Amino acid sequence: MSSSSSASARHEKYYVPESSSLAVRATIGLILSVFGAALVLNDMTYGSGDEPSASVWVLAVGLMFFTFTLASWFGTAIRENLKGMNSNQLHQSYVLGMFWFIFSEVMFFAAFFGALLYVRQFVGPWLAGEGDGGRMNGLLWPGFEFAWPPVTTPQEVVGGVDAQVIANNGAFVSQEKSMAPADAHAWYAWLPMWNTLILLSSSATVHVAHTAILADRRREFNRWLGITVGLAVIFLGLQAAEYYEAYVLYGLTLNSGIYGSTFFMLTGFHGFHVAMGMTMLLIQLVRSVRREHFTATDHFGFEASSWYWHFVDVVWVFLFLFVYIL
Amino acid sequence: MRKRVAGLILAFLSPMSVAQNQVNMSPGVTEIGADIFELHMLIMWICVVIGIAVFAVMFYSIYAHRKSKGHQAAQFHESTKVEVAWTVVPFLILIAMAVPATSTLLEVYDNDEAELDILITGYQWKWKYEYLDESGEPVAFFSNLATPQEEIYNTDQKGDNYLLEVDEPLVLPTNTKVRFLVTANDVIHSWWVPEIAVKRDAIPGFINEAWTRVPEEGIYRGQCTELCGAYHGFMPVEVHAVSRPEFDAWMAAKRGDLTGMTNG
Amino acid sequence: MGDHHHGPAQGISRWLFTTNHKDIGTMYLWFSFAMFLLGGFFAMVIRAELFQPGMQLVEPGFFNQMTTLHGLVMVFGAIMPSFVGLANWLIPMMIGAPDMALPRMNNWSFWILPPAFLMLASTLFMEGGAPAFGWTFYAPLSTTYAAPSVTFFIFAIHVLGVSSIMGSINIIATVMNMRAPGMTYMKMPLFVWTWLITAFLLVAVMPVLAGAVTMMLMDIHFGTSFFSAAGGGDPVLFQHIFWFFGHPEVYIIILPAFGVVSQIIPAFSRKPLFGYASMVYATASIAFLSFVVWAHHMYTVGMPIAGELFFMYATMLIAVPTGVKVFNWISTMWRGALSFETPMLFCIGFLILFTLGGFTGLMLSIAPADFQYHDTYFVVAHFHYVMVAGAVFSMTAAIYYWLPKWCGRMYNETMGKTHFWISFIGFNITFFPQHFVGLAGMPRRIPDYALQFADFNMMSSIGAFIYGASQLLFLYNVVATIVAGKSVSDEKVWDGAEGLEWTVPTPAPYHTFEEPPLVPKPVGTI
Ligand code: HEA
Ligand code: HEA
Ligand code: CUA
Ligand SMILES: [Cu+2]
Repeated sequence: MSSSSSASARHEKYYVPESSSLAVRATIGLILSVFGAALVLNDMTYGSGDEPSASVWVLAVGLMFFTFTLASWFGTAIRENLKGMNSNQLHQSYVLGMFWFIFSEVMFFAAFFGALLYVRQFVGPWLAGEGDGGRMNGLLWPGFEFAWPPVTTPQEVVGGVDAQVIANNGAFVSQEKSMAPADAHAWYAWLPMWNTLILLSSSATVHVAHTAILADRRREFNRWLGITVGLAVIFLGLQAAEYYEAYVLYGLTLNSGIYGSTFFMLTGFHGFHVAMGMTMLLIQLVRSVRREHFTATDHFGFEASSWYWHFVDVVWVFLFLFVYIL
Repeated sequence: MRKRVAGLILAFLSPMSVAQNQVNMSPGVTEIGADIFELHMLIMWICVVIGIAVFAVMFYSIYAHRKSKGHQAAQFHESTKVEVAWTVVPFLILIAMAVPATSTLLEVYDNDEAELDILITGYQWKWKYEYLDESGEPVAFFSNLATPQEEIYNTDQKGDNYLLEVDEPLVLPTNTKVRFLVTANDVIHSWWVPEIAVKRDAIPGFINEAWTRVPEEGIYRGQCTELCGAYHGFMPVEVHAVSRPEFDAWMAAKRGDLTGMTNG
Repeated sequence: MGDHHHGPAQGISRWLFTTNHKDIGTMYLWFSFAMFLLGGFFAMVIRAELFQPGMQLVEPGFFNQMTTLHGLVMVFGAIMPSFVGLANWLIPMMIGAPDMALPRMNNWSFWILPPAFLMLASTLFMEGGAPAFGWTFYAPLSTTYAAPSVTFFIFAIHVLGVSSIMGSINIIATVMNMRAPGMTYMKMPLFVWTWLITAFLLVAVMPVLAGAVTMMLMDIHFGTSFFSAAGGGDPVLFQHIFWFFGHPEVYIIILPAFGVVSQIIPAFSRKPLFGYASMVYATASIAFLSFVVWAHHMYTVGMPIAGELFFMYATMLIAVPTGVKVFNWISTMWRGALSFETPMLFCIGFLILFTLGGFTGLMLSIAPADFQYHDTYFVVAHFHYVMVAGAVFSMTAAIYYWLPKWCGRMYNETMGKTHFWISFIGFNITFFPQHFVGLAGMPRRIPDYALQFADFNMMSSIGAFIYGASQLLFLYNVVATIVAGKSVSDEKVWDGAEGLEWTVPTPAPYHTFEEPPLVPKPVGTI
């Protein structure tokens, strides 16, 4: 290395990795995955459905390739860190990267929350003829009344599922038509409430784990992190039960008009993010238990996962408020 | 081709006059059309004046402060006073524009107390008109492009109203406040007749309102202005404004032919 | 620890595996130029069909595919990646950093672009054809009524979004974390500032676009009702979400262009940028306002009047900070020592034509007037003035300005000036008459038009061919410079240029600033 100047004495050297095949491999994985996914969806919607298709294989190979590449990518970053190549400054880049990644996720959810609010505040009342809805109701959707959670869709009111080809539609099949507290059989059977409690406490447990690692108490760290992962599993289990209730018992499906659309998209993407966050935490747990990774001063992998977990949690709080309660 | 080039030259010599090579918005025939036209001219001239002022300074600088003329660069680079000035002045100009804009907008939105309601439904690729308020048999019909394929595919001489003609026009009585209830059956369309200054999106499942009061008899042409698929360029609007008696007669005749027609 | 004093690897693996910001910048720039040619080719098809009334070359459905792909390829393939390429090359050099903050991710953000566009372009050969619903893909034309290729389009958009988000996270991390000691925020070159703000915009709105296409995907394949009234949704909901992304998007396109112009005008005026701080604040205000004006694209959808008024006022306000920028540039030129090399010519062209485009933008923002302008060629004229004469001209200026620093060779000045004049004239012949036909009532996105629009359309097409041909001259000039241009070795290629990138050797070595530099007195301080 060249002679150290006064500048480098003030400044650690920034680690710029050598050239690497990771990006190209990840590209292959990602592109195969999306290409395969598009093929599968198109087979499903436009295909005749009887010919066996290679699409699923494209998707499966793509996803596998992508997953392995990501694993080896993170593995590389971890190895570099263990070898002491990372400066504090690089650590700060990772912090910023994670922060803005989470911010972008927030905006992704914002689109769906925005859709929900817009539909509830404006579209529903308009279709029912209120305010600026004017003549719409009488001419196009006579008899449609708006309520949230909605009991019917405009199409159902004017003439059932096949009456018009404007859109996809379907109907609820049961008396209990919504996931709101009013329609629950009993308060203790109202799963969303339990889920809220579970997620909130998991945020607390992951925080306890954090305090533990800050004090270098590994066993305590492992225990609390393990409990967090456990809570995540329970959450996902209850969410599955909730979906069963909705789909099978209530007949509330993706096809059930806007209520089903917003309900399943918001809870579905949230559930998916919980699964990702849980996987991230699980990986940190395995790293700690098996490899004794992480010290009081160096545990970014865990920290980033825990931020992500808190984010998932906050999203749920909003979801609970806007999807279930209000 | 030569005629066309000549037309081009003419266009530059006599702007604003001929309908061919028209370069400006048409004031149209309605009151709102005229208001919008005035608003348009007002903002345009404000912009022109600002533009002239700004570019005059720039061109003077380009001319006078050239290095090749040996001009030495000054080194000033900051002045809070001018920054404030050129923040505040444009702001005030904007307020001056916003006032007439707001009042015109309020006028456009004044859909109440119409004397005739017409439901306009966009289809791929035709319009359907339904007269709602008249008692008696409902009158409803489709309005399709009338230009023949031969003209479109250049095997026949193109007529004067190429692409702007329909088989059955919308007929309106003059001096009557007509409210349009605009919707669509499939994708989004947009119903536009420049001369009467009405443009409203036709959204499937929703009804938008717009209104007009046409003072002069005449034929007014327009087009669909929202991309609605392959033949979006081929769904014109043709409006015939006729006197009230003529309108009533037309309506009566229409009732006669349409007895028993269902919405098809 | 690795020894970084090495040159690039040889052969294709250099480009595939690189983590070097200059390599990645170069790839972005070449890729975006290729996309510019492709998008330009689609534009040529459009202009050829519109040369005369009547259908001559293509079928109406195919025409719509051309319009759609032209818009998509230009916006997502040509303009955005070109500025990301510029950011890659310049930001580390301007702030004294050894590279981008996250170099491997940097490479990944680039490499997912070409296959995504390949996937998008391949839809042309699919059953039912390519997307034909415009670059704004309004539902339900893009959902229930779209060709099956829409699924590939949706995933292509997802991938482009991922690329943009990673690219902007990288830029944010670089700017916030990698500045050389002494390079405080208010000492950063304006290009870095505009990109920092652009990156915030990107991280904020690309996910929203992803949400929009995801809802489309669900409506198409899983029977949800987001954009269908029959199920209680609303097609206009799509437009709100799209334009919440789409309007900031147009500032994403123009802010880095503002940055470029703010670097070049002072250099050829030999005078510091006037009002540096107010430029920063103006950029931030534009970005902030861009979040609350989206529905000015939707004045005719039948919003309640309160909404209409709010969006009108907010949109008009954007003229204020943009005006501040224009006035500052002109004050920078005022009493400078001006010279007119090609980069400066393109910047002056930018200044004039962008301002014109801004004026028409202001006219469009007046809601009642927009009832007449909306979806006519007046809008098409507006946005080509701001995007072609705005973004493309400034990008061209940037290439001429920094190319000598990048490759150590000087472009041919005569050819550069010729390129400018043909572009300037060709551009105006193409797009100025579009104001006229627009005002006279010609809708956009139509393959055939009424006879009274014939002359101006012919003129516009001729201009487009001229402008298009001039881009080939540009390509030739750039290639000739790289291969056999006159060598330059001065660190400061331009006598008036300021900034850290002009303190490293010319051509810029493969690695710069492995040791953080001492930050000299920056532009804009006494
Ligand atoms: C680079 C991209 C870019 C930029 C910078 C802008 C800038 C602006 N745009 Fe534009 N716009 C587009 C790209 C862009 N636009 C695109 C792509 C579309 C069409 C999308 C589609 O439908 O496909 C569009 C469409 C569009 C519409 C919708 C039209 C319609 O569909 O009906 C509107 C309406 O308000 C609008 C307004 C504005 C305004 C007010 C500005 C302002 O930012 C301009 C501000 C600048 C100035 C005003 C000039 C300089 C100022 C001064 C010299 C100060 C003094 C001036 C005054 C006080 C007057 N634009
Ligand atoms: C930054 C973005 C950008 C850029 C740079 C351009 C560049 C050009 N655009 Fe535009 N355009 C859009 C963004 C852009 N466009 C968008 C967003 C739309 C809306 C789409 C929609 O409605 O959905 C649009 C729509 C649009 C239309 C309206 C289409 C319609 O409504 O149906 C037209 C019509 O003239 C047009 C023309 C042009 C032309 C002639 C150029 C020229 O500047 C192109 C010049 C470049 C080249 C020509 C390439 C270089 C040369 C060659 C490849 C060699 C071959 C050429 C010759 C031999 C002559 N564009
Ligand atoms: Cu109907 Cu365009
Ligand atoms: Cu906009």
